[in-house]
Amino acid sequence: MVMEETNTKVPSPIGENKIRLDAREKVTGAALFADDIQFGSGLLHARVKRSPHPHARIISIDTSKAKALPGVKAVVTGEDYPGYIGLYLLDRHIFCRDKVRYVGDPVAGVAAKSEQIAEKALQLIEVEYEVLEPVLDPEAGVSPEAPLLHPNLEEYEVANFIFPEPGTNISNHFKIRKGDVESVWDECEALVERKYHIPHIQHVPIEPHVAIAKVDETGEVTLWGSSQSPFAQRNLIAKCLGISQSDMRVIAPYVGGGFGSKAGVSMEALAVVIASQVKGRPVKLLLTREEEFYTAFVRQGLVAYFKMGCDADGRLLAMENKFFWDAGAYTEYGVNITRASGYSSSGPYEVPNVKTDSYCVYTNHPVGGPMRGFGMPEMHAGLEQCIDELARDIDMDPVEFRRINCLKTGSVLVTGSKMHPIGLTQCLEKAADAIGWGSKAPPSAPNKKRGKGIALMWKAPAMPPNAGSSAWVELAEDGTLTVGVGGQDIGQGAFTVAAQMAAAALGVPYEWVRIATPVDTLYSPYEWQTVASRLTWSMGNAVVNAAKDARRQILDLVAEAWEEDPQNLDIVNGIVVSYKSEREMPLKDIAIYGLPKPDDQGWLGGPVRGRGNFMPSYITGLDPETGQGERAVVHYTTGAQAVELEVDLDTGRVEILRGVSAFDVGRAINPELVEAQMEGGFVQGMSSALFESMQLKDGVMQNPSFVDYRIATSTDVPLDLENIIVEVPQDDGPWGARGVGEHSMVPTIPAIANAIYDAVGIRMEGPPFTAEKIYLAMLDAGIVK
Amino acid sequence: MAFHRITFNVNGELEQADVPSNMTLLKMLRENLALTGTKNGCAEGECGACTVLMNGEPVNSCLVLAVECDGAEIVTVEGLAHDERLDAVQQTIIDAGGVQCGFCTPGILISARALLDRNPQPSEEDIRIALVGNLCRCTGYVRIIQGVQEAARI
Repeated sequence: MVMEETNTKVPSPIGENKIRLDAREKVTGAALFADDIQFGSGLLHARVKRSPHPHARIISIDTSKAKALPGVKAVVTGEDYPGYIGLYLLDRHIFCRDKVRYVGDPVAGVAAKSEQIAEKALQLIEVEYEVLEPVLDPEAGVSPEAPLLHPNLEEYEVANFIFPEPGTNISNHFKIRKGDVESVWDECEALVERKYHIPHIQHVPIEPHVAIAKVDETGEVTLWGSSQSPFAQRNLIAKCLGISQSDMRVIAPYVGGGFGSKAGVSMEALAVVIASQVKGRPVKLLLTREEEFYTAFVRQGLVAYFKMGCDADGRLLAMENKFFWDAGAYTEYGVNITRASGYSSSGPYEVPNVKTDSYCVYTNHPVGGPMRGFGMPEMHAGLEQCIDELARDIDMDPVEFRRINCLKTGSVLVTGSKMHPIGLTQCLEKAADAIGWGSKAPPSAPNKKRGKGIALMWKAPAMPPNAGSSAWVELAEDGTLTVGVGGQDIGQGAFTVAAQMAAAALGVPYEWVRIATPVDTLYSPYEWQTVASRLTWSMGNAVVNAAKDARRQILDLVAEAWEEDPQNLDIVNGIVVSYKSEREMPLKDIAIYGLPKPDDQGWLGGPVRGRGNFMPSYITGLDPETGQGERAVVHYTTGAQAVELEVDLDTGRVEILRGVSAFDVGRAINPELVEAQMEGGFVQGMSSALFESMQLKDGVMQNPSFVDYRIATSTDVPLDLENIIVEVPQDDGPWGARGVGEHSMVPTIPAIANAIYDAVGIRMEGPPFTAEKIYLAMLDAGIVK
Repeated sequence: MAFHRITFNVNGELEQADVPSNMTLLKMLRENLALTGTKNGCAEGECGACTVLMNGEPVNSCLVLAVECDGAEIVTVEGLAHDERLDAVQQTIIDAGGVQCGFCTPGILISARALLDRNPQPSEEDIRIALVGNLCRCTGYVRIIQGVQEAARI
């Protein structure tokens, strides 16, 4: 690991590799996940009847036989729940009412005394469908002849930065019109025009989705779940059911992997609605692995067209991009991925002329949700290959080409705003150095070819302009700290980083800090969602503000009691010290009971609780016709990855030999956790590049199991993964930090694709680069016979 | 549904239970004994999150019926530490940074323990093969493999 030298001094334990707070409970089996909570014999088990058709009208649902089955406590359909739910576009009912729009769409739910009885009841529910023509391709979906999946699109409630086109299957159309692309194509020395197809993939957390709901007699709802978004679930489910947000309580213990699939509301509302029919009884809905594959949010598919050109000196002159997002049956989340890919559609380059049309298209495919990278891995997959091709077309080294064009501090972005301080060039150079760019080692065997590839990336947190965070910090009798947060530790280490920040901002040892878990919307402070790689930055700011608030309370109190100026006081290792009088007092003697007044006649202070919040205030909108605006996003995290690999000419198998990741994280609060994100993301990206694809045939997923949907295993990964931290501070980040959770899988597909090209001279229309596909492409190209 | 009385040892303690014929070892551990450290990731023997030791061998507890455990000795993740002292591989996986969300961790630790018991000096390849049935989506495996290597060294 290489650390960039920065001049700012940071207090301990910022920048230290503290062992994660939750490590011990996670290795002993003590860590509690939602399905581990014991509800006793009153627990009912829910199962969901799902559509077997990609597109059909519901003619009738007969639940009478299911209701008559002994042990069945409730059967629900969409009939009694007319509300719409969705994050940015409210286009989905909890249970289908008139139509089903994908295979797996929930039609009815059952609660019963056992899973077996619930499963049997599902078989007794009779649904009559009129099968309708499906839309199975996003490009076909935008044509005027396509069947209309949401005829009442114009009636849906929608966020003001999303632009549906009623009367079509387009639920968002995001445009960039910067400069004039048409005027410069003739000036281009080289032009590349390509089409890429990125398949749907699944998030595949090892913990399946689970939700346990209980509705009491007064209508108050409690929901326990594996959740990245307890507060968003509180808000969205309450809105949909027409109840008060304060009557909806979400309790979210540890999350066994999320990657976006447990953000927003996915299956949780089903459990709530079923539970509302059996008041007082907890009802558990646990997705089977098969359901996890074909009904949980997917990473939506993408058909992407790129046209880009540069001059003879290698300067990018123009880009024209068209993205057709295969966002599935409901695009409540996909609409914002469409937007994010639009305002990032230049890639991390300064390009004077850009025209982009990014379309979010309804199809009869599974529902697209946010997956690690939020559209960026899909978009960069093609874009970063085109960049490589352009460089080669003008006989320029791809690293040099990127060095010339990549964003620098002050560069004009595709949306017209200016780039904040950025370390992308350093990331590029360090990644290239580490992989040994320019030198080629001989392959390990005569039937193998070796290659190297590199790719850059950028990504901003994609969220509403006013997504907020809050936190509190409370001291106990012994002077230790409990920090309340509403963000979630989904494995990334958010709690550990929050504890480090609170310790540093208040002045206590890291070991004195604990996080108030589980996150519980009744007691925990508000957090928008654990998404967008925003916690270190946004929740971090709230935690720092809360710790500073507690610190101020303590120092003001001590100053008054000691008759000193707070300026001369400090808190060091849990002890209040005066640099003037050299008095000292441990926090434990102050935190709860305060201090005697200087004249000893009475007391000062009281229990210390600091509070803090954070919300960006500076985000402006973008012009809907041009996508231009002052500041569309809070910041961009940028970086580079490089790989060295071998292609087996006999089998087509690609073996990754080495990987390098270099990201500008602003400031690494816990460098080892940052590296762990880079490494885990690299392998997830590698897995998506080499193995993963939801095979959708007529809307039906053909491979909904770990046997047929392969993810990387312990035998697939190179141990030689180098992680390079670059630190160009973020002006409004805690100690300069910005997020890096998602970014590490953004450039992996194109880095691997560029290395495959370097090795054997072939390019594919899209991942996964399976042995079979590579071998057949090599056959086509005459590389093997 | 027929019930069967079985006697078995879990983490060094003798247990007796009346279990239905179709109950899996995973379900018995999690629901009857509240040993929820053993995780249910797929219930079809593909992810390894439910791995436990049965008579010293790692098994997917979702594919073992509880009735098969009559007379067996079972070790779950809760049984790895003794007297609040972590097993070596628990400590080395923490130190190597091999824990993220923690859902695959119990199964991985059991597979690693089984490997180290039968092969105290495993090669890197041995470790990879021993863990190939334990899927992890967070870490990328590198730090887990390094943690097991370190456990073998000490």
